Amino acid sequence: MSSISIAAMEREVEAPQFVAVRRGYWSMVVGRLSRDPLTIVCGGIVLLIALAAIFAPWVAPHDPYQTSMIKRLAPIGTPGHVLGTDELGRDMLTRLIYGGRVSLLTAIVPVAMALLIGGTLGVIAGFVGGRVNMAIMRTMDVFYAFPSILLAIAISGALGGGILNAVLSLTLIFMPPICRVAETVTTQVRNLDFVAAARATPAGTGRILMVHVLGNVLGPVLIYASSLISVSIIIASGLSFLGLGVSPPEADWGLMLNTLRQSIYVAPLNAALPGAMIFVTGMCFNLMSDGLRSAMDVKL
Amino acid sequence: MLFYLLRRLLYAVPIALGVTLVCFSLVHIGPGDPLSSILPPEASQAIVDRMKREYGLDQPLPLQYLIWLGKAAVGDFGTSIFTGRPVLAEIAPALVNSLIIAVGGALLGFLLGIVFGTVAGYCHGRPADRFFTAVAITGVSVPHYWLAIVLVIVFSVELMWLPALGMTGSGGTEFTFSGENFRHMLLPVIALSVIPMGVVARTVRAQVAELLNMDFVDALRSKGLGEAKVFRHVAKNAAPQVLAVMGLQLGYLLGGSILIETVFAWPGTGLLLNNAIFARDIPLLQGTILALALIFVALNLLVDVVQAILDPRIVR
Repeated sequence: MSSISIAAMEREVEAPQFVAVRRGYWSMVVGRLSRDPLTIVCGGIVLLIALAAIFAPWVAPHDPYQTSMIKRLAPIGTPGHVLGTDELGRDMLTRLIYGGRVSLLTAIVPVAMALLIGGTLGVIAGFVGGRVNMAIMRTMDVFYAFPSILLAIAISGALGGGILNAVLSLTLIFMPPICRVAETVTTQVRNLDFVAAARATPAGTGRILMVHVLGNVLGPVLIYASSLISVSIIIASGLSFLGLGVSPPEADWGLMLNTLRQSIYVAPLNAALPGAMIFVTGMCFNLMSDGLRSAMDVKL
Repeated sequence: MLFYLLRRLLYAVPIALGVTLVCFSLVHIGPGDPLSSILPPEASQAIVDRMKREYGLDQPLPLQYLIWLGKAAVGDFGTSIFTGRPVLAEIAPALVNSLIIAVGGALLGFLLGIVFGTVAGYCHGRPADRFFTAVAITGVSVPHYWLAIVLVIVFSVELMWLPALGMTGSGGTEFTFSGENFRHMLLPVIALSVIPMGVVARTVRAQVAELLNMDFVDALRSKGLGEAKVFRHVAKNAAPQVLAVMGLQLGYLLGGSILIETVFAWPGTGLLLNNAIFARDIPLLQGTILALALIFVALNLLVDVVQAILDPRIVR
């Protein structure tokens, strides 16, 4: 046995030291993040949009469903309607705030669910190996044979639209890539010396899996999943843009973009607003993920 | 090499079969009967039963799948419930139209991506790197359907330079190499090119920056090789990885053009798919997705083969 694995074994025995090392790592990550202005600004923007969406009834200046035939497509800057009104005379700012609820939910929930299911499957495939690995990974390969947007549209289309079906189809398309990353990392970690060392100690399979494997797999998989949120918001909004998400009069950025599209000749700026929200939010998630990746020093 | 090709080809077979299984399942995960969309609600049970027999829907599921698979294997994707025409006759022309803008978008995106990525990789850490990295991140973060609408607002509504909709002025769906066709193509192609531009630029930048740090580059330079020749070595080493990304991107463009085609009313597979979804035309939906997915599988296969030719280490 090499000296490295003996050292790893000793660390395993002295549990408190292990904890100390971990805290050191996370405080380092937080320290790096606090010195990264771009990530902080992006995080702030996302937090602002999310808080506005959560507290929409108190924050929004108007009723999101209140239509007005005489105030249709009021331009940006109209008194009382800072961002103008939509094709039914509803306040744009209000609907953009309310729209964040569905849009953020359909961006984050599918990735979280895919992380849970796909990540678990990937760790199992990587840790157990052999036939189990074959069965899981070859099934995932089939989903790789579809361009992801196409598969999301196909599943949502076949299921018949609606927000639940959109979330379901997005979960299905994010599961295979997350599973693959989890499997790759788990396989790498499983074959490292410190896992072999842990096996030599009385640590059971459960403990090895939870502490040694998960502790090392979670970071990269989490980073990878976070990079999918911006993809998720673009595809989710794309689904509602096609009419496969929430149904009117519910507010959602993709759906608003779709209905306002008819008005580009009358009020082009109003029509571009919901898409700008998708863009800004997606971009912020993307940059945050990049920032987190370099702060956690993970290579994928 | 031949062995590798065979193995890779054999490996594609179960994948393709899995794809057909997923496409077939699409009918059965949906709510209600596939026939309910074409039959009036007051149709008698006798008519429903006859229609079911005609479409083979009275058979057990595994048998239905085998029958469908057997027919699909010889190019018979069934009949569109909505138009009554064979699905293949609907897909073929649409596929050509989609391919035109997908290839156009891919070429533009790859070209820009390679140039931006190379410049960024060479200027690692300098302002030019930060600028092109920002461009690339914007490219992958922008919702391309929104960009399409913005392009229409700027170039069609405000400037009135380019047409906003369709493939030809007269509403035709046949592509000819005319100036009018190109004018209609321009906006969809630009809208489609941003994602591959961003993805390729990021890949190229990472590859070039990493390769330039390698010892062999120093060795080449110390040998007295000109920078252009050094670049040729770098390009050759970056090619397999970049190529793999490009192949995937072309496939994504073909599958992801549905949103762009919807914005521009471009008569391709995306528009077809959109119509199929809203008319609940299941054979058309199945056929279009199957065709696109099989092209994607073939494309992946092609990329693997080209990659193996460029980088023989992969074979081993």
